[in-house]
Amino acid sequence: MRIKEHPILGKPPEKRTIEFTCDGKIITGLEGEPIAMALEAAGILIHRYTKKHHQPRGVFCAIGRCTDCVMVVNGQPNVRTCITPLEAGMKVQTQYGVSAKDR
Amino acid sequence: MGKIKDRLTSMGEFVPQPDDDMIICRCEEISKGEIRQAIHDGMFTLTEIRRFLRAGMGLCQGQTCTRLVKGMIARELGISPLEVESTAARAPMRPIKMIVLGNEGKES
Amino acid sequence: MKRYDLIIIGAGPAGLSAAIEAAKRGIKVIVFDENAKPGGQLFKQIHKFFGSKEHKAKIRGFKIGEELLQEANHYGVEVVLKAIVAGLYLDKEITVQIGDEILHYKGDAIIVATGASENMVPFAGWTLPGVIGAGAAQTMMNLHSIKPGNRVLMLGSGNVGLVVSFQLMQAGCEVVALVDAAPRVGGYGVHASKVARCGVPFYLSHTIIKAEGEEFVTGVTLGEVDSSWQIIPGTEKHLAVDTICLAVGLSPMSQLLSMAGCQMQDTPGGFLPVCAESGETSIPGIFAAGDVSGIEEASSAMIEGRIAGLAAAEYLGFITGEELEGLSRELEKALQCLREGMFAPENKGRTIAKTDEGIEVSHTLLKKGYVDQSEILRFPGVRKASGIHPVIECTQNIPCNPCQDVCLKKCIKIGEKMTALPAIDPERECSGCGLCVASCPGQAIFLVNEEYEPGLASITIPYEFIPLPVAGDKGKALDRKGEEVCLAEVTTVRTAQAFDQTNLLTIQVPADAAMKVRFFRSLEAEPWVK
Repeated sequence: MRIKEHPILGKPPEKRTIEFTCDGKIITGLEGEPIAMALEAAGILIHRYTKKHHQPRGVFCAIGRCTDCVMVVNGQPNVRTCITPLEAGMKVQTQYGVSAKDR
Repeated sequence: MGKIKDRLTSMGEFVPQPDDDMIICRCEEISKGEIRQAIHDGMFTLTEIRRFLRAGMGLCQGQTCTRLVKGMIARELGISPLEVESTAARAPMRPIKMIVLGNEGKES
Repeated sequence: MKRYDLIIIGAGPAGLSAAIEAAKRGIKVIVFDENAKPGGQLFKQIHKFFGSKEHKAKIRGFKIGEELLQEANHYGVEVVLKAIVAGLYLDKEITVQIGDEILHYKGDAIIVATGASENMVPFAGWTLPGVIGAGAAQTMMNLHSIKPGNRVLMLGSGNVGLVVSFQLMQAGCEVVALVDAAPRVGGYGVHASKVARCGVPFYLSHTIIKAEGEEFVTGVTLGEVDSSWQIIPGTEKHLAVDTICLAVGLSPMSQLLSMAGCQMQDTPGGFLPVCAESGETSIPGIFAAGDVSGIEEASSAMIEGRIAGLAAAEYLGFITGEELEGLSRELEKALQCLREGMFAPENKGRTIAKTDEGIEVSHTLLKKGYVDQSEILRFPGVRKASGIHPVIECTQNIPCNPCQDVCLKKCIKIGEKMTALPAIDPERECSGCGLCVASCPGQAIFLVNEEYEPGLASITIPYEFIPLPVAGDKGKALDRKGEEVCLAEVTTVRTAQAFDQTNLLTIQVPADAAMKVRFFRSLEAEPWVK
């Protein structure tokens, strides 16, 4: 859910809308915003399932400390999506344990 | 409960608690019960628990759980968390890939 | 290996302030920060800061951040971003990850200003997506314009929990409840009151039993706790929420200091370096400033940073000991001011029954977040008078005095000691300019005119939500606890540059509601309800 206007901050700065994929689905986001924010705006809360108990995890600290929001980005696992800027055409995948699901 | 500071003092029987299955270390998925059991098995320091269970050894390097585990050790032993030895601080302070850690910059 | 006179780790309020003071004195200084942007947490702080002019009071945090960056640029401070300091070694050498390389730097002096990290609290379901830190909520809404959720529960009634709750409402979220296991509100009463008057219920002596949901948060179960923090059976309550926000304190990120071999001490406030007043640690030439040396407000961090920057300059021989003493004196005085009052470090955990003026504190404020009608009249800022006059619902001794500064007619008196409760001077006549209303960082000042029209009173309230009502709008007049008192009509809406985004809404209500009504909710738009 994006904030279109804020009583103190006004309208958010204009950014280019770009496309990327999450688990194969095409999603739009804003260039340069953290991947996690684009996912949040698209209503995607689950970033990964844990290795041992297969529990869902998402954004927790949002500043790159807790590492809960890691996903597989362009084939690289354990990418902290809350601090990694979104680029057009990025391939983002839900992380299961330490890898993407076999397809 | 009295203070337990050495491993010769009996801690009594391990009594399970209803929330023992609650995750404490989010990265390595270590539960409260596992940590309590380890303390009962004689692990009284953060370092021991880290090495034995890997709590605090995951991707985030104990950002969230170190403080929680410290509190649990204190509670089980009946001491103040201030009496529980802190963990050693070592480089790297943040998770850094081995390939980067081994890549000394040319400027250096 | 590159050498610098001074290396600063962390480009937040403390680190930047230190760098500015050092650069001013011709020191070759470099600042490393792991984030993509400098300023630390300042750019997430959209509220007006407390304190005095010298502490940049009544200026919003992100604007202070902009000023600080400008000043740093002006003095040519070199800030390296996305630079992760991995280690601090003997002889003041650091290793920094920049890109995919590790670089070595050596400083003749080092200032560590790494700030703090959030504490978290475990409960059943706390790993579910939708459970987030309060810092995460601020990052999402104030930096990236993303609503963290629609229906949010806040755990923690310290200043962070209170301030972020208000910010959540400003971002358009509904704050369903504010919960704290402690029996009393931990943060400033004025912060609590501005949340409470929007209708947010406070659950003190309550804790989260469980976050509900399979894949993400769909609800929460709360329970009341007894004096030994045990849940009282039968007190469970269910609330439908999609987000649970945790604001349960901060811990200093002091690992680098510990690694360097500085003498450390474990305190209830975290694992801290043992420091002199200048911020110098047990290792000569290594200094600590800001939250890493003890959790305080950003205003304190900026002063500590300046002191550490000067102390480093003295250590490096750029200024003399005498100069340092002279320059630090004022700064230390300003810092001491911020450490006074009911929320002073030495009062942590203590129950305070009376204000410095000998007035019994409000008990409902501590339990429910608002001052009850039966308590409000005993405070010196609350006086009935004829004509328009300010009503200052500031009931705790906190270090803050912009209201006294901005009042052109000198109606508001705090005096020399800035923690004193503001009082109204009955001899002076209020012009109704509203500067005090807009300047109060606690949004605790209202202009009231009991004789606005026969049988009608006017009340001017600070308003920081959208959509902004317009004259003629009708709505509900709410009391301090957010309950409807009567209907009200907006008579004027004032917006001015001097008010800095705090709009002044004047509403008219029946005269007998003049001392009850403190908030307005438009009938057409309820901003935080989607």
